[in-house]
Amino acid sequence: MDGFSPEVWQSLGLTIELASVTTVILLIIGTPLAWWLARSKSLWTEAVATIIALPLVLPPTVLGFYLLALLGPNGPVGLLAALWGGRTLAFTFAGLVVGSALSALPLVVQPIRNAFATIGDRPLEIAATLRASPLYAFFTVALPLARPGLLTAAVLGFAHTIGTFGVVLMIGGNIPGRTKVLSAFLFDFVQQSRWREASWLAGAMVMFAVAVVLTLTLIDKYSRRRST
Amino acid sequence: MRTATPGRIEIAFSGSIASFPLDTQFSVPAKGVAAIFGPPGCGKTAVARCIAGLERLPAGFCAIDGEVWQDETTFRPPHLRPIGYVSQDASLFPHLSVRRNLLYGAPKPKPMPIAFDEVVELLDLAPLLDRSPSHLSGGERQRVAMGRALLSQPRLLVMDEPLAALHSRAKREILPFVERLPEKLALPMIYIGHDMAEIERFADYLVLMERGMVTAAGPLHVLQSDPTLPLATSHEAAISLDAVVSGYDGRYGLLILRLNGARLLVPAPPLAPGVHQRLRIAACDVSVAREAPRAGSILNVFPARIRACLSLGTAEITLVLALGTGGSGAEIMARITRFSFDSLGLKDGMDVFAQLKHISLLSASEPPPQTMSASTPTAEPGQASAAACNEKLGTRGERHHLKPPLLSYHA
Repeated sequence: MDGFSPEVWQSLGLTIELASVTTVILLIIGTPLAWWLARSKSLWTEAVATIIALPLVLPPTVLGFYLLALLGPNGPVGLLAALWGGRTLAFTFAGLVVGSALSALPLVVQPIRNAFATIGDRPLEIAATLRASPLYAFFTVALPLARPGLLTAAVLGFAHTIGTFGVVLMIGGNIPGRTKVLSAFLFDFVQQSRWREASWLAGAMVMFAVAVVLTLTLIDKYSRRRST
Repeated sequence: MRTATPGRIEIAFSGSIASFPLDTQFSVPAKGVAAIFGPPGCGKTAVARCIAGLERLPAGFCAIDGEVWQDETTFRPPHLRPIGYVSQDASLFPHLSVRRNLLYGAPKPKPMPIAFDEVVELLDLAPLLDRSPSHLSGGERQRVAMGRALLSQPRLLVMDEPLAALHSRAKREILPFVERLPEKLALPMIYIGHDMAEIERFADYLVLMERGMVTAAGPLHVLQSDPTLPLATSHEAAISLDAVVSGYDGRYGLLILRLNGARLLVPAPPLAPGVHQRLRIAACDVSVAREAPRAGSILNVFPARIRACLSLGTAEITLVLALGTGGSGAEIMARITRFSFDSLGLKDGMDVFAQLKHISLLSASEPPPQTMSASTPTAEPGQASAAACNEKLGTRGERHHLKPPLLSYHA
């Protein structure tokens, strides 16, 4: 591990930061979205679910291309941002977050949606007959009961963002220290035939992924045992 | 626009829920226990859900003790209705302990009219408090669900077949708790069931339902002996009556009970005079005689008048009898053979003697042993039950003036 250059460590920090920020944002956006998808009887739910699922089947570079067009200086969002002196989101950390969030959205929404659907109407109806407003019931009944789904979603969102490559390369531009994440580093190492560093990095990422999943599983198991 | 009457539970729902047609109206006093009885699938649960606000039928009216919960312009969402709702499946929150389940709907500022400790004692929940719902038996879960509903401080308790999912042993274990609720708490209750044997034990009013419609509604004992309704002609026909304890014959261990038109002697443990006691008199335990039997073993023989004769198959007849000379007292039923009917020359309006071979004592006036020892000798619980008792007296006094069924729709 001593063999890594400071740039790799910097990139590691960036990667973890990106994954953390993305996961938090995904949970904040994905949970209400999944709630609506699971409980609304509107015909729009399936249309929206399809759009959310698109990043699963599209090549990441396609998603990155559209994001670049949208967020870049000449894209609608870029032009809009320029109105109040904002900079383009392309090639920035914020752009990376948007890109990785979009590509991981289906992985986050689906488990939460399933968890909400599994709970069914009953506990919420009972909560309502016990004077719980819909919002109170959501936080005190729906969310705690959907915890396994939320946990799965967080793990998937985090892990997917750690490993994200195509989108990040398109929207981030692989700028060292700013948008160059670990997976891009690995790609560079391979390009430069630096196999030793490449294998260390790849191995470290595997270990990290294992550690994250294991920790979350253990936390869940422990807290579940304590609550019963 | 319909106005709500204080002191009554007024229900009218029509429309269809998941293509099941419902056309239900009834009005019962907002006091005591009103049972909704009907075969499975007759829409009883749909009515309960409408009352709770879990289903919304546009053409609906629901008012509880003068408070409109639903009419043409209003629809209170479920969480704004002061209801205690207990369903067939206890639906405890699996992520909360029994204690936190109980307190889920309890308003935060204490003290509450229905206190936590009172409910825990009433339903014998103390040993369960720190357990998880997943470690409870079916009967225990149902008790917790009842306690949870009560602690939300409802003004109406709706119990939708709380015993239906339990096996018979759990049912027997939980029934005394259900029976005690209306007595201990001055809280109107709507009890939904398809087992008459349960309803007979504690209901004051009865609403009969069939295929989404109400066929009759009124005081329980009136409907039980109503010749136009199927209850009187069933093989389990029986009358539930509330008698008052007037004394005790210690030498022979006989409880003396006063009923309108009769003074009953029943072998039973002693009860305090003035206590109300629910009786069940099955039609098959009553026989009739033209003349007063001079020497017989049956203790309870009273003059009575035949009010109706109903055929029960080809061989048997159910008689509706009004106790007392001239038939001014409470109604009971007798099941006799057609042979006896013809050979005694019985007919409608005739004065006979009713012989009551067996009388079951049902009500839970006498608390089960475990609470007797557990109850603290403070004045409060005693006063509470005395108040509940007085309330019941009021209901019962009023009942006798309500001879005809209150409402009879679509009969």
